[in-house]
Amino acid sequence: MTLAERPAGVGISVPRLEDDALVRGKGRFLDDITLPGLLHAAFLRSPEAHGHIRSIDVAEAEALPGVHRVLRYEDLRPLLTMDRIPVAMPSGALKFDVDPFVLARDEVCHVGEPIALILAESRHVAEDAAELIMVDIDPLPAVVDPRDGLAPDAPQARLDCPDNLVARTSAAYGDIDAAFADAPVRFAERFHLHKGGGNSIEPRGVVARWDPMEERLTVWNSTQMPHRAKRLLVTTLGLTERQVRVVPPDVGGGFGPKFVFHPEELAIAAAAKLTGLPVKWAEDRYESFIATVQERDQFWSMEVAADADGRLRGLRGTLVHDHGAYTPYGVALPYNSATNLLGPYVLPAYALDISLCLTNKVPTTPTRGAGRPQGTFIMERILDLIAERLGLARDEVRRRNLIAAERLPFRTGLKTRDGGEMTYDSGDYAECQRRALAAADWNGFPERRAAARREGRFLGIGLANYVEGTGRGPFESASVTIGPSGEVVVTTGACGQGQGTVTMLAQLTGAALGIAPAKVRVIAGDTDASPLGLGAFASRQAVTAGSAVHLAAGKVRDKILAVASDWLEVAAEDLELIDGRVSLRGAPEVGRSIADIAAALSGSPGFSLPKGAEPGLSAAADFQPDAITYCNGTHVAEAEVDPFTGVVRLTRYVVVHDCGRLINPRMVDGQIIGGVVHGIGSALYEWMRYDATGQPLTCTYSDYLLATADVVPRVEVHHMESPTPLNPLGVKGAGESGTIAAPAVVASAVEDALRPLGVAIRDLPMTPDRLVRLARQARAAA
Amino acid sequence: MKAANFAYHAPTTRQELFALLAELDDARMIAGGQSLVPMMNFRLAAPENLVDLNTVGGLDGIEVAGDRLVIGAMTRQRAAERSATVARVCPLLVETLGRVGVQQIRNRGTVGGSIAHFDPTAELPVAAVALDAEVVLESLRGARRMPVADFGSDYLTTEIEPDEVLTAVEVPLWPEGHGAAFDEVTRRGDSYAIVSVAALVLLDAAGRVARLSVAIGGLTHAPARLAVDAMVGAAPEGEALAALAETARALPADGDGLMAAEDKQHLAATLTERVVRRAGERARRSTGG
Repeated sequence: MTLAERPAGVGISVPRLEDDALVRGKGRFLDDITLPGLLHAAFLRSPEAHGHIRSIDVAEAEALPGVHRVLRYEDLRPLLTMDRIPVAMPSGALKFDVDPFVLARDEVCHVGEPIALILAESRHVAEDAAELIMVDIDPLPAVVDPRDGLAPDAPQARLDCPDNLVARTSAAYGDIDAAFADAPVRFAERFHLHKGGGNSIEPRGVVARWDPMEERLTVWNSTQMPHRAKRLLVTTLGLTERQVRVVPPDVGGGFGPKFVFHPEELAIAAAAKLTGLPVKWAEDRYESFIATVQERDQFWSMEVAADADGRLRGLRGTLVHDHGAYTPYGVALPYNSATNLLGPYVLPAYALDISLCLTNKVPTTPTRGAGRPQGTFIMERILDLIAERLGLARDEVRRRNLIAAERLPFRTGLKTRDGGEMTYDSGDYAECQRRALAAADWNGFPERRAAARREGRFLGIGLANYVEGTGRGPFESASVTIGPSGEVVVTTGACGQGQGTVTMLAQLTGAALGIAPAKVRVIAGDTDASPLGLGAFASRQAVTAGSAVHLAAGKVRDKILAVASDWLEVAAEDLELIDGRVSLRGAPEVGRSIADIAAALSGSPGFSLPKGAEPGLSAAADFQPDAITYCNGTHVAEAEVDPFTGVVRLTRYVVVHDCGRLINPRMVDGQIIGGVVHGIGSALYEWMRYDATGQPLTCTYSDYLLATADVVPRVEVHHMESPTPLNPLGVKGAGESGTIAAPAVVASAVEDALRPLGVAIRDLPMTPDRLVRLARQARAAA
Repeated sequence: MKAANFAYHAPTTRQELFALLAELDDARMIAGGQSLVPMMNFRLAAPENLVDLNTVGGLDGIEVAGDRLVIGAMTRQRAAERSATVARVCPLLVETLGRVGVQQIRNRGTVGGSIAHFDPTAELPVAAVALDAEVVLESLRGARRMPVADFGSDYLTTEIEPDEVLTAVEVPLWPEGHGAAFDEVTRRGDSYAIVSVAALVLLDAAGRVARLSVAIGGLTHAPARLAVDAMVGAAPEGEALAALAETARALPADGDGLMAAEDKQHLAATLTERVVRRAGERARRSTGG
């Protein structure tokens, strides 16, 4: 019996059920799907950051042997119920929604925007044909830097919008003027932050098939949000819910961008319906850089007021956010930055003015961490600055500002983006920091630094604390069904992206029913299996789908116990569920198999069900979280920085993390470490750059650098478990958490290493280019 | 990211290869494909004809011929890196090859391919210039040799003629007891170099520089050779070395969107000082000094 087959409860590192197939190459990803008569798609994309389309001539492309059809906006529009795809989500702060077209209609607003769709016998031929399409575009001035875009004489990023300032909003509470009046410590700082894309190893992709007999569309979509995709396809194609099925195959990572419904998803489905032939589009890496949503630039200008002992009095300032050319995600991304800035600290007053500027670039929407690393970076940099000004230790200034454990639940004074009170539910932030400093031997660092200096090496240490709002609603649904075969089937709208969703849900089901997780079949995200569902975002699936499965499995357990109690004539409390059987505690021979009970509840023609039982050994449950639950953590890192070359080497990395009760500790470790790696990328390497005309410059992994195994240190993860009262499992999310403090902690360590030079870190990423320049400027100033 | 159509040619002999190149228009040779294949998939390169050097026999191999190390163009970078012969007679190449791409790239990438591609950030051309290496260019018209230092004419452009094949790299050997070192600054671990420096040094009995060669990559389209005469007769350390580093700082450099010319020159100076010092220490060790 392997570990995976052993009945296991919550808190055990069951091996991931997904891995056996995946590591043997037996997974089925989008591009593995093939169907008879399949057409392969490529998109002709805008070469201009902004322009007006005068004409699109597809004659030569359509004449190329092997090309089935070339489609433009006007070819697809007759299939659609509306001009634009209504992807915008409710967002009061937006002055207007900017929804995309299925293909560009007359204005292109970023390089990479799809203009025409080529269907051919192979992707090679489709790309050949793309080169034969004659597109005549009048270039228009582009908005590249959002600060320029807000200037009074700026060009319009979109001619169909009244203004580049698509939203102006704020995050504020407390008496900010009073906080600044007579504050003993006052200073101002500017920050230019950058965060990159999702960079899932599998880019996006869609296969769509229209069945003319059933008049039904099946769409295999490498997505985080199958139900949302279905709803948008139903709406835009004028179909009913019965007529559309969206199925996620194995998904090779999401990390945020696959939350967003992109125009290609509709274009491929519409093309399948139009042609009556199955169509596949597998995004390539270049497309992923120019057409998949990403995070990008934020410009912060902050003023700080603090007491003489380092306690924060107030923060105020402005945030200018590069929003890109469309608004698929409202103001969530910069609003997360603004709210997450608070971290686990007492901040008496806060006033941040947030401007979202349309630019001629791919839209920005959350990637792993979802704007929170930026807010955390600002707060943690400010705390380091206060420490430096007052001659305080950086850990001490944080200790003085942390929210004491006895003050939780703690109302921050801000609203969450859905209008709820932003209230930290549980945790012990000071204890978390204490454990992290102990694990990293913070107090022993001066000795390590001195030893390094004797060898001519510059070592620095940093720390950062953070919180993350996880488990966003409104709900997730699940069903648990056991048939006469004994197979346990779980369905849910949650959707795995590689993080172990199937294992997590199987483990919870197994724990409730006394069944090995490996014997539980989880169908996650298939819209035919689960009529309702949301999906993967906001570090939410353990909280929401986990709780729903836990509740549904509990109901099934109650049914089993009721029938068994009747059959065996013993009290339900005296029964236990082990290995697929329900039996008398301590007397396993007195019992029945769960399959027998499932058979009895499936009914026999003309015979009654067991007394009092309802048909079917099955139950469904929904979980609607009352509020967001906040996980938290502390990161400590050590960095060696070469002040002459700007090369940073991370030498130590410690995480203490509290996501409440752990379901599968090893999978949580994997999530945290993966998040840290992503965050280290944001801190040191990832930088999506554009030239002054809006042409992207970093569209390969030679130019756009991810953190790789050779530069990532061993990440030491420790857990605290402060269960949340907000769900029956006591769990909080963990999927994005690791990214959040990484840029802040690396900046703190790098600045500390370069303290002898007086280099100040305000901007991300901290590339050698930047650090060499900062060192030069520091030398010149000295 | 699918390559445009091309005709594929797989010659098996040198004569067949040279004849094909003389006859075909718009032909590119493929060796390890580590640069060309991505360029073709991006359609940044779309040659009508692709001529495979992998099917031609006898283009690889490592041998010492007299006072030269001769490396066949199709020798895989990883094979040269692990060659006992190269390690014995030219340790600079071993250290340099260890910094080329990642191991998977070096398993396919070739010594000749890297020099023929002449990427301004590539490591091998820098070592080759420091070593006074020559490329052997062959065609139906015959063979000629050219110093690698003269080979690059512009960014990613060399003096090779369309009908010529870079068949071998010839490296004049430095005497036993010399010291050598290579180092580079990258934006991330094993990613492309921003600036790289290769140095070889021979010391006299008193530990003073008898002979020195330094090449610096990444400043312009081709590696620059540093004027080192002032170092001869001085120990490779202290003020003399600092002065040499200042010579490196004075080399012409092209700034780019990420780094100003003066910061690249700063890296050149920093690396020159470190690499020459390290090469000197190795020379001292190997001569038992």
